[in-house]
Amino acid sequence: MSLYTQRLWINRIGIGLSMLAMAIGFAALLWILWTLFSKGFSALDWDFFTKDTPAPGSLGGGLRNAIVGSGLILFVTTFVSTPFGILAGIYLAEFGDKSKFAAVTRFVTDIMLSAPSIVIGLFVYALWVVSFGGFSGWAGSIALSLIAIPVVLRTTENMLRLVPPSLREAAFALGAPRWQVSLKVTLRSVKAGVVTGVLLAVARVTGETAPLLFTALNNQFYSTDMSKPMGNLPVVIFQFGMSPYDNWVQLAWGGSLLIALLVLAINIGARVIFRQKDNF
Amino acid sequence: MSEVSTHGLPQSNQTTRGKLFKLQDLAFHQITMVFAMIVLAALAGIIVSLGHQAAPAFKEFGWGFIWGDVWSIPDEKFGARIAIYGTLITSLIALLFAVPISFGIALFLTETCPTWLRRPLGTAIELLAGVPSIVFGIWGLFIFAPLFSNHVQPIIQDTLGKLPLVGGFFAGPPIGIGILTASIVLALMVIPFIASVMRDVFETVPPVLKESAYGVGCTTWEVVWNIVLPYTRVGVIGGVMLGLGRALGETMAVTFVIGNSSRLPASLFSPGTSIASTLANEFGEAEPGLHISSLFALGFLLFVITFFVLAVSRWLIHRGTKKQGK
Repeated sequence: MSLYTQRLWINRIGIGLSMLAMAIGFAALLWILWTLFSKGFSALDWDFFTKDTPAPGSLGGGLRNAIVGSGLILFVTTFVSTPFGILAGIYLAEFGDKSKFAAVTRFVTDIMLSAPSIVIGLFVYALWVVSFGGFSGWAGSIALSLIAIPVVLRTTENMLRLVPPSLREAAFALGAPRWQVSLKVTLRSVKAGVVTGVLLAVARVTGETAPLLFTALNNQFYSTDMSKPMGNLPVVIFQFGMSPYDNWVQLAWGGSLLIALLVLAINIGARVIFRQKDNF
Repeated sequence: MSEVSTHGLPQSNQTTRGKLFKLQDLAFHQITMVFAMIVLAALAGIIVSLGHQAAPAFKEFGWGFIWGDVWSIPDEKFGARIAIYGTLITSLIALLFAVPISFGIALFLTETCPTWLRRPLGTAIELLAGVPSIVFGIWGLFIFAPLFSNHVQPIIQDTLGKLPLVGGFFAGPPIGIGILTASIVLALMVIPFIASVMRDVFETVPPVLKESAYGVGCTTWEVVWNIVLPYTRVGVIGGVMLGLGRALGETMAVTFVIGNSSRLPASLFSPGTSIASTLANEFGEAEPGLHISSLFALGFLLFVITFFVLAVSRWLIHRGTKKQGK
């Protein structure tokens, strides 16, 4: 075999393997989605949304309390993490060029983006659950907010940095103070990007289970009281998925499908909004 | 008269307004800074509160906490070695699978993929990163583990298991759940993160470098292997470290498939435990005292390890992507 054909073959094998790798990644996504649909779709009936989680050994039941609980916890999380993340992001983008403090904050934020979420749960347990009397929906929201804030923060900062300097300078030239330039000109011009960041943060925390285990705990009854332990989808899926009861496992599949669809829909929605940002 | 008043009034307005603006700007600066501090406060809070809660366990067991291989709740004896071992071994094996696959995906998406397919396939990989870990867990336990134990593990035992030296890694009953299964599920979970970093750094390679290599007759593979990879080495290692950091702290998926046995795993097919899965399993029912303190100590160790790995990763990725534009 000549050197030339040898090189050609190495190239073909290398490229072939890279296509195989792509196929593995793509197949994993399809396999998981297909499994969720085939196992979970039949669980999504009327009872699933209107009945509460069943007691051990009893038949039927649904996930109403968990769906409502997750909804409330996520609602509070979104409303806490959005202003926090955006204002911190503004600081890093507007004032953070030369300050050491900003550089450290940026570095730590990047690490917190990937920090183990179960440790965040432990932290909120030690800080809030122990001192303020027990597991609660609030504690769950705090834990999830700590995970969501870095996501919003980093996206906001990155988006603000894409704003052309001329836009900012034009606003300054009109005599506008810095805060008005930030809030009314630059932030407004990257609205779509910031919304994307918030959506990605929500998608990120929607499926988070580990931080809720020791904060929101779980509640097998319907409750909208955020100061009490609160049922939530991820913890119910964990508990029911590992259980020996068939109807519990079935509900866990239904819950997984619901969460996965929600997360994927938010992810895709965020991308669509980001791509259409020129229309904003 | 009128000249004075029209001249004087706006001027005094101007200065008070200027002062007001200055004050507002200062307040704006300070307020946004306070919000930025939250992140640092969270980091400090995690280290201090976990360290504080873990202190009794560290005091009781000393360094033995890290090396001890007994984790017994009734005897109140706690050593982290088995959990640390499980965390490290599952993450490292996960990287063995994930790194070549991520490299292949990044290579395909940057070099050979037709342009119209790039966006949909890239999005699909990003969506894989979005799948919640609990979904990976339930899929791993009910779908992947049975398949693995019925069809893959027996084949491995009949081939690799018969070899001297390495055979021992694949001994034991093929029950599906265990160290190797956890590693494979972890690999699928970290592939999108590593692939996305690799893709980003591959795109920083100046086109003129690649074009000159193609110009002297290099194949695609040779360009990637001899030009792209050496040029992006630092960023690629950063991406691998990011994957490692992610794998070390992953909780729910591992808890579902690792088997949760607090004995030292005899082979890759044996059930084991990891730091994160021990926390997920035991923390909710732990009694106050030495047990809960030991669990906090585990969490503290996990945080310190992942923080270190992620810090190195961030530093490398930053260096790797900064080349752009030079």
